[in-house]
Amino acid sequence: MTTPVASPAVRLVAVRKSFGPLEVLRDVDLEVQPHEVVALIGSSGSGKSTLLRCVNLLEPINGGRIEVFGQDLSADEVEADEVRRRIGIVFQAFNLFPHMSVLDNITLAPRVVAKLSSSEANDQADALLERFGLIDKRSQFPDRLSGGQQQRVAIVRALAMKPELLLLDEVTSALDPELVAEVLALIRELAEGGMTMLIATHEMGFARDIASRVGFLDGGRILEIGHPAQIFESPAEERTRQFLQRVTAAGRL
Amino acid sequence: MSVSPPVARRRRSRRDPRRAVLVALASTAVVFGALAVLIVNAPNWPLVQHDFFDPAKFQESLPALIRSFGINVQLFLIAEALVLVLALVVAILRGLPGPVFFPIRALMTIYVDVFRALPGLLVVYLLGFGIPGLRIPGVPVDPFLWALVALTLLYTAYVSEVYRAGIESIHPSQAAAARSLGLTRFQALRYVVVPQAIRRVIPPLLNDFIGLQKDTVFVSVIGVVEIFRQTQIKQSASFNWTPYVATAVIFLVLTIPLTRLTDWLVARDRRRGERG
Repeated sequence: MTTPVASPAVRLVAVRKSFGPLEVLRDVDLEVQPHEVVALIGSSGSGKSTLLRCVNLLEPINGGRIEVFGQDLSADEVEADEVRRRIGIVFQAFNLFPHMSVLDNITLAPRVVAKLSSSEANDQADALLERFGLIDKRSQFPDRLSGGQQQRVAIVRALAMKPELLLLDEVTSALDPELVAEVLALIRELAEGGMTMLIATHEMGFARDIASRVGFLDGGRILEIGHPAQIFESPAEERTRQFLQRVTAAGRL
Repeated sequence: MSVSPPVARRRRSRRDPRRAVLVALASTAVVFGALAVLIVNAPNWPLVQHDFFDPAKFQESLPALIRSFGINVQLFLIAEALVLVLALVVAILRGLPGPVFFPIRALMTIYVDVFRALPGLLVVYLLGFGIPGLRIPGVPVDPFLWALVALTLLYTAYVSEVYRAGIESIHPSQAAAARSLGLTRFQALRYVVVPQAIRRVIPPLLNDFIGLQKDTVFVSVIGVVEIFRQTQIKQSASFNWTPYVATAVIFLVLTIPLTRLTDWLVARDRRRGERG
């Protein structure tokens, strides 16, 4: 399905990351091709979030190499800033700016970083808000929105910079169960539109549904990665099987 | 049966806000009235009244005092405007990351440590007398200017610490979100971190400004005829302390509304914090 291209959207080569004595990522190799959706599953503390934060340079790595669209992120900072503009990230805790309206949250980076005029940025934001059913929230402040609405605004904020790669870090984990669906529907729409995404998630059903490939992280390693059907139905690794059994028992699959 | 109705009535009336106000007014009138009677009937009251609370002297000195107070007002308004900006610069410079900026961080830390440690009066004296005394050509000798510099240096050190605490209180995830959208470190500070930090530090900032406004009297020692110097002149002309009381009243009128405003802002922030 994916046509082979010169450079993948993301390539991790033997990436190592530790916090003090704690090794969070151990020699992680991973490639995400353009228009591919790769979901990372695994228990809490397995390194999923750290991996995403490393790709977006929010955490420095201790070894190995990360390339985004063929560019090495360990190059000097200015160049890395350029690469980062092509990557959007959405966090578990939304991290909207509480002192700004929904509209200002979305238009800040387009105005300040992409140097759009206010009216251009507003038009673009309105189009996105309209598309994702949030237009009536445009002048609200984040604390007036539900968790699901806040997370959708956070996704729209990332989209406003027209990222070529979207990183989603457990974006539904902080939401009440009844609010999860609206956020997942939005992500599904993005996947169908061909957005390249690297997703850390606890939503197994969702991962199985929209991911091109699913990777299982365990103890800072990608233990196995493959087609969702293969991972969920006939995992090669014993640990993957155990993890999926625990999740099934908890009713999340 | 016969007991319960009065109990119920008392409960209801205790919750009645109008009654509460009346009770507060009445008890206040009694306490303050008793204090007034006690003071006025104290054996030495006529002497105290003559020396401190002479209505004629009060009226006579007030216009000159208010005129001189204009100097203090100019001084603190200009100083406050400067402090507001410079303290933020110092706070940001102190937070610059990386080994390259170590000398700047060190310089700012030394500055803040030194000026928070020195008595304000000493700094005013040193700059206001010391520097004009050097008689270096081109260096201004205006004591008002040096008083302004001294107060600005002193209070910039204090207020920069207030700003720094505010900046550090903003969760790092806010800066992370801004950086991940492509904002530079400086842009993240300017648009995301600092606006939130300032909102949080307004009450302690006002507190420091109250201190600054009162400390403008220090400049009387370097020959600026501001309100305190004027008060001394009035007092020594009549050997009566009423002008000092008049000056005290002027400061109270200026400062008490500001302290009340600060308290109100703190209370409002606390209510907001509780709401989430």
